[in-house]
Amino acid sequence: MGDLFRSEEMVLCQLFVQSEAAYVSMYELGEAGIAQFRDLNPHVNDFQRRYVSEVRRCSEMERKLRWVAGELPEPPPPPKISPSNLSPREINILEERIDYIESEIQEITRNARNLKSDYLSLLELKILIEKTQTFFQDQSAHRKISASVQIYNNEGVLGHLGFIAGVVATHRVPSFEKMLWRISHGNIFFKQAHIEKPLKDPVTGHELQKTVFVVFFHGEQIKLRVKKVCNGFQATLYPCPATYKDQQDMLAGVETRIKDLEILQNMFSMDIVKKCLIAECWVPRRDLYILQKALDYGLIKASGSPIPSILHYVPTKEIPPTFNRTNKFTRGFQNLIDSYGIASYREVNPALYTIITFPFLFAVMFGDVGHGLLMTLFASIVVLFEKKLAKKKTDNEIWNIFFGGRYIILLMGIFSIYTGLIYNDIFSKSLNIFGSRWRNVYDNETLLNNKMLELDPAEAYSQTPYPFGLDPVWEFAANNIIFLNSFKMKLSIIFGVIHMAFGVTMSVVNFNFFRRTELIYLQYIPQILFLLLLFWYLCILMFMKWTMYSAISTDPAYGTSCAPSVLIIFINMMLLKETESKPPCRALMYDGQDALQKTFLVIAYICVPIMLFGKPVYQMMAAKKRKQYRQGVESGEVDEHDDEHDGGMGEVLITQAIHTIEYVLGTVSHTASYLRLWALSLAHAQLSAVLWQRVLRIGLSGGSPVNSIALFVIFAIWAFFTLAILVLMEGLSAFLHTLRLHWVEFMSKFYEGHGYAFAPFSFSAILENDDEDPPAQTNGAPPE
Amino acid sequence: MGMKFCGPKLSLCGLVLSVWGIIQLTLMGVFYYIQAVALLEDIPIDEEDTHTISGFISAAENGYTQNAYNCWIAALLYVITLVVSGHQFWMNNRSSVSM
Repeated sequence: MGDLFRSEEMVLCQLFVQSEAAYVSMYELGEAGIAQFRDLNPHVNDFQRRYVSEVRRCSEMERKLRWVAGELPEPPPPPKISPSNLSPREINILEERIDYIESEIQEITRNARNLKSDYLSLLELKILIEKTQTFFQDQSAHRKISASVQIYNNEGVLGHLGFIAGVVATHRVPSFEKMLWRISHGNIFFKQAHIEKPLKDPVTGHELQKTVFVVFFHGEQIKLRVKKVCNGFQATLYPCPATYKDQQDMLAGVETRIKDLEILQNMFSMDIVKKCLIAECWVPRRDLYILQKALDYGLIKASGSPIPSILHYVPTKEIPPTFNRTNKFTRGFQNLIDSYGIASYREVNPALYTIITFPFLFAVMFGDVGHGLLMTLFASIVVLFEKKLAKKKTDNEIWNIFFGGRYIILLMGIFSIYTGLIYNDIFSKSLNIFGSRWRNVYDNETLLNNKMLELDPAEAYSQTPYPFGLDPVWEFAANNIIFLNSFKMKLSIIFGVIHMAFGVTMSVVNFNFFRRTELIYLQYIPQILFLLLLFWYLCILMFMKWTMYSAISTDPAYGTSCAPSVLIIFINMMLLKETESKPPCRALMYDGQDALQKTFLVIAYICVPIMLFGKPVYQMMAAKKRKQYRQGVESGEVDEHDDEHDGGMGEVLITQAIHTIEYVLGTVSHTASYLRLWALSLAHAQLSAVLWQRVLRIGLSGGSPVNSIALFVIFAIWAFFTLAILVLMEGLSAFLHTLRLHWVEFMSKFYEGHGYAFAPFSFSAILENDDEDPPAQTNGAPPE
Repeated sequence: MGMKFCGPKLSLCGLVLSVWGIIQLTLMGVFYYIQAVALLEDIPIDEEDTHTISGFISAAENGYTQNAYNCWIAALLYVITLVVSGHQFWMNNRSSVSM
């Protein structure tokens, strides 16, 4: 059957794969994205699995790459997809390269840090020299020493006097001086000069105030002591490297892709005897040949081992995952349905019908040619440029939502243009394409003297309707809203009953497929009879009222003043009340109406107990038959199911009662719920009219050409509000209401939605999630 | 080439608005020119002229032609806006590519 009608048939397969061939086979499967693997080692700790070392290697490589990317001054270019797969040998090479780059970068940063501190030291030395020159120049005899100090040595000996020069943090100078004085018993000469410009600390980056000092002393012992004090106060003494070379940071960008293949292999269980890996996976039946091809390809690549990989079907009672094969067009609609709940395995898929019903119901609420055109144009542009726009990966959620739903928006726009033409509403004005069917029947005198005049359809109407849509004359009618209310409300009920009847009928497809034909008689027939006999009869009454009553009717009982309220007839039918007849009007619309209505009511009431007790009684009888059969075949066997069934019987009855009440009350409430189709379309039309009259009309009411500038500005304002309020806000509102109608009123009639999604092992899926959170995730085992 | 005074978003908005304005105002001008009845309530009419049928009709016709011209002039103004926005948009695209 077609792709979208129901979910795909899934097969549980066992794979027996050679260890060498496993890698390549898994790569192929990852590219294909068709198999969901089950974790065969769910009880084993992550750290005890077989391929844990490979996983660790991959994680390490990834960590290093991320660190390298962080060190880069600008973000790295996006990785190119490599066309060929990576063999284990290539992964080793990749690992080496990453290690090499990492160590290089670490060394470079280390060198940079060293350089910075060297530079700082040099700077300090330069300042120190400048400052101490003033000290030494005081005594002319010391000029010789300063010359030698400049190049290599820090200490000079002049006669019996030595000195030490250095730089210390300014805030330590007082205590430093005091300490020196104390240890030398006052036998030193301390000179200092403050460095005005603060220097940058290479490690922390802070700015520090430093002071240059020179300590003059006599003798070796004092020299040692002074040195110790200097170390204690973290004063830098000066041997400094002279060389200073520029280095530029060069970081190479790396293009690669890391896969989680090793994690996958951890999900395999080891078969020690045969030295091969066993895996279990869910595969769609149609894709089994791809699986076989991947295994064969793995064998070929893995240097031709003689043992072939075996694909083995496992018949199982477990519930497979639900997989719907979608393309870019159907995916949006499938997502709408999946948001409510994933379909049970192989149940009928409402997404197929949603493709048309969703845009249609939206359009009934949105109906405006102008706004529909805007939506269609926007969606068409997005669709036409979808390849280019898909490459732009952006975090903007709103844009992603619009882009993902571009086909839905396109369809909604097209349908809105259609309903806009039906409602004859383009930006709140009507189009007169075919010529109105109403004529003026008054003379000029009457026209001049009256503000409002009534046009009797018997005289002013040409008795042939406007060919397509609403007659444009209604734009000027004071009773426009009253007329349209009646029309749109009836329309909403008719659409609602059709939609719901369609939903109930969908359950027949499910009953048929799952071989539960008894439920068609015990559940579907009473349900549909209840719905149709009551609410489709209401719709038939509407059709009758539209056709049977006319302004030009010869029989006054079928004239416009005698047209009955359909709602009152319906209420009287349900309450078994008699309607009074007011001549010339008749009590009933047609002969035999009373008897027919009573019959419908009785049949509908009989349907309720069938819905209530049909399924439980059937299950009870089926259980009894089974028990009898079993007792007949294997006599003497104790039937444990007896007790279970009694307890189960109560539960089945209660569940069925809940479902019945839900359905019966639901028919009434959901039918009324469809009136939102009328409500929203009325609101939209009125908003559109108000916007035109209050905003755009101002720009159109001037006389002179100067007003064209005002029109220029006011048009922009009107356009902005049209987009913001009427297209975006009203569009979102109608979208939400349509979604609700589908989820609640339509799908509650037949949809189970207890399945779980098919999550295949696929590289594209992993890469997409890579951007959000870090990888190293095991592929999801189905929820047990 | 010229100064860039609009960002990419503003110039794109201006572009879309100008295209919409040109199309809609031209069409509205056409509808006013052919005296479409749907636009009857959106024309300027002096109250003093509406005391006779013929007076009303001529006032209505004047209003229609007046508004038609106004719409077309506004459409021309939007052509200028289109040129300016388009130029800004092109300049924005160009500078982001050459970067």
